[in-house]
Amino acid sequence: MKPRQKRALYIVVALAAVGLAVMLVLNALKDNVSLYFTPTQVYNKEAPQGRSFRIGGLVEEGSMKREGDGLTVHFVITDLKKSLPVVYRGILPDLFKEGKGVVAQGKMEADGVMHAAEVLAKHDENYMPPEAADALKKAGTAASSPASAPAVK
Amino acid sequence: MIPELGHFSLIVALFLATTLGVLPILGAARNNSVLMGVARPLAYGQMLLIGVAFATLANAFLSNDFSVLYVAQHSNSQLPGQYRFAAIWGGHEGSLLLWAFFLSVWTAAVAAFSKHLPEEMVARVLGVMGMISVGFLLFMLFTSSPFERLLPAAADGRDLNPLLQDPGLVIHPPMLYMGYVGFSVAFAFAISALLGGKLDATWARWSRPWTTVAWVFMTIGIALGSGWAYYELGWGGWWFWDPVENASFMPWLLGTALIHSLAVTEKRGAFKSWTVLLAIAAFSLSLLGTFLVRSGVLTSVHSFASDPKRGIFILSFLVLVIGASLLLFAWRAPKVGLGGKFDMVSRESLLLSNNVLLSVASASVFIGTLYPLFMDALGYGKLSVGAPYFEAVFVPLMVPMVFLMGLGPLARWKKMSVPDLARRVRWAFGSALVLAVLLPLLMGKFLSLESNKWSPMIVLGLLMAFWVIATLVVSLRQRWAGQGRFMQRVRAQSLSYYGMQVAHLGVALFIIGVTLVKGYETERDLRMNVGDTVVAGGYEFRFNGVTESQGPNYVAGVGHVSVSRDGHLVTELEPEKRQYNVSGMPLTEAAITTGVFRDLYVSLGEPIPEAEGAWAVRVYIKPFIDWIWAGCLLMGLGGILAVSDRRYRIHKKAVTLQGAAA
Repeated sequence: MKPRQKRALYIVVALAAVGLAVMLVLNALKDNVSLYFTPTQVYNKEAPQGRSFRIGGLVEEGSMKREGDGLTVHFVITDLKKSLPVVYRGILPDLFKEGKGVVAQGKMEADGVMHAAEVLAKHDENYMPPEAADALKKAGTAASSPASAPAVK
Repeated sequence: MIPELGHFSLIVALFLATTLGVLPILGAARNNSVLMGVARPLAYGQMLLIGVAFATLANAFLSNDFSVLYVAQHSNSQLPGQYRFAAIWGGHEGSLLLWAFFLSVWTAAVAAFSKHLPEEMVARVLGVMGMISVGFLLFMLFTSSPFERLLPAAADGRDLNPLLQDPGLVIHPPMLYMGYVGFSVAFAFAISALLGGKLDATWARWSRPWTTVAWVFMTIGIALGSGWAYYELGWGGWWFWDPVENASFMPWLLGTALIHSLAVTEKRGAFKSWTVLLAIAAFSLSLLGTFLVRSGVLTSVHSFASDPKRGIFILSFLVLVIGASLLLFAWRAPKVGLGGKFDMVSRESLLLSNNVLLSVASASVFIGTLYPLFMDALGYGKLSVGAPYFEAVFVPLMVPMVFLMGLGPLARWKKMSVPDLARRVRWAFGSALVLAVLLPLLMGKFLSLESNKWSPMIVLGLLMAFWVIATLVVSLRQRWAGQGRFMQRVRAQSLSYYGMQVAHLGVALFIIGVTLVKGYETERDLRMNVGDTVVAGGYEFRFNGVTESQGPNYVAGVGHVSVSRDGHLVTELEPEKRQYNVSGMPLTEAAITTGVFRDLYVSLGEPIPEAEGAWAVRVYIKPFIDWIWAGCLLMGLGGILAVSDRRYRIHKKAVTLQGAAA
């Protein structure tokens, strides 16, 4: 091969490799990005049906109930305007508490309940998950200190 | 008065660093040996002063001086001594001081161990490191001094985050920071080579051992962090693709590419521009890592609330460093040339492909980590990128990487015929394939699983690992073959060769660990009443209830779980659920029995309110998980072997000889 042909070949191979990598990344991103919504947005039917998404807010006071198996937990996530019932089977994180910030990831099912695959609470008592803080801000309820905000009855 | 002394010595250190960043570089440009000569004393002085500042802060922590705001925020009089010391880097300000201190240590080390280097080179390298130091000291003094007073003093401190009260966390951050900061040496060498306009193989030879040492620190640091996540976060995972983990992983990937490309630049004079670019990129990612972790812009399992204003400072610093070095690169690189020629199939081309794959992998982690940040900044709303993204991208990139890793050490420099290479590795590939296909058939029985599991992913993982090991054996046989005494030939090989092989073996062990734990782990989350038993992986776990116990600064519920196999007691596990007195934070402390072939892992979930004494319990069996960290340790050991190579010590002897002759 002449040097020029060789260089052209290098460039073609390099471009193909980069193109492949970009495809790989885009494809993986398409499937694994989960959008985040507030309870108000979910109430307004903005959240996708049948696709996993994230929701943030506070765990409503007095909403937590356990089923007989001890592992299935029902609770309600609220932004103090609207709220959404959630069911989760598994062990909750250490900092999960009623009245505190939480983020849940899962799908809305036909029963109007979010079936969470993952529940996150932050490791710092004073720290709100940004998504939860954001939900309260959007709902206009952030003025009252969110960490000790009373649940809407 | 003592904390003010620390603050004052930081200010003096800033003056020294500024002088260090300006005079020696000017001196090198004008060939003025007086100006160049000040570099070394300034480097030592800087280390001394920042060392004093660090010691001052340590003293404030150990003596419970709660009139210092940072101490009051991160420590408490009930905190045990070793954690009071570790609390120095438990928050933003102290971490920065640790960063700056390590930077000054690396600078002084370069000053001390560079007697054989030309004077201009030393002046420029120390000068560049001085400039980086200026950036960090300014940042600390203006936005985040750890010496700020709290008047009146607090009666007691707010305590260290309980997650950080762990022996692993005493050494993990310093190791990782040594690695992050260590890449500044490679960066400084690259920049000074660009400044001097002399980009021959020598700069690569000089910066090689430094880069490898930094890489070793980083490897061990990341492994420690992953181990900590495994036993401390209580979910039994060892890597979460969390932004903070990714922040350390990106520079590691590029650093790995860099040590390989430096080898080519040194030995063959090839990839010159590429190596310089990698050195710049690896250090930039280290800075970015600091930015990501410390600015609080990313949601993460261990991002501690901090001030976004600081982020802007680091971001501007980052833009300045990257912008200036890329400009310099664009200006100087055309002169550099690409260096030595090589053929399509040669050791060079294999290493280049590996470099490209590692860089692309690093870029894909970068995209996944920062994508949510960009989307949020552009107003597209909040979103998160999950672990499946990283796995989907990472595995297809690493498979060819590991395949080439097996071929690299066997290929010849410059030119190699494909049939010849194929002939040499056919047995290695064949035996790796046979083992990888057959071994999963026995795994189910070996690990006492209910059913045998054979999946393509397990076979692929094992194939990769065995391929690396088999090619390693082929390479050793080639090197050891020949006339004469066997031991002599074994000793004749260089330590850097053995270092490389040990590190590659580490990669193989790592892959085995990842593959088998992912393929064969058993995870049971269940409700257990007192006296309940559960069987997992041939072990019977019996829950004997929870008792209360008092720790130094916490109250714990201690679970009692006896594990037996075939009726014989294997071990008693005591997982804890702690409640820390000061912060009131709960913490799950898993109980783990480690073994070569499997870990038994039990952690407490929460008490079940209606049922007396019943708890939600996690019972995990993690086969071969410790191989993951053993692999990382071997990689680190390989690096240490490589830098202990004789040729790095010969310089010094040559210098002493010359000195004696003169």
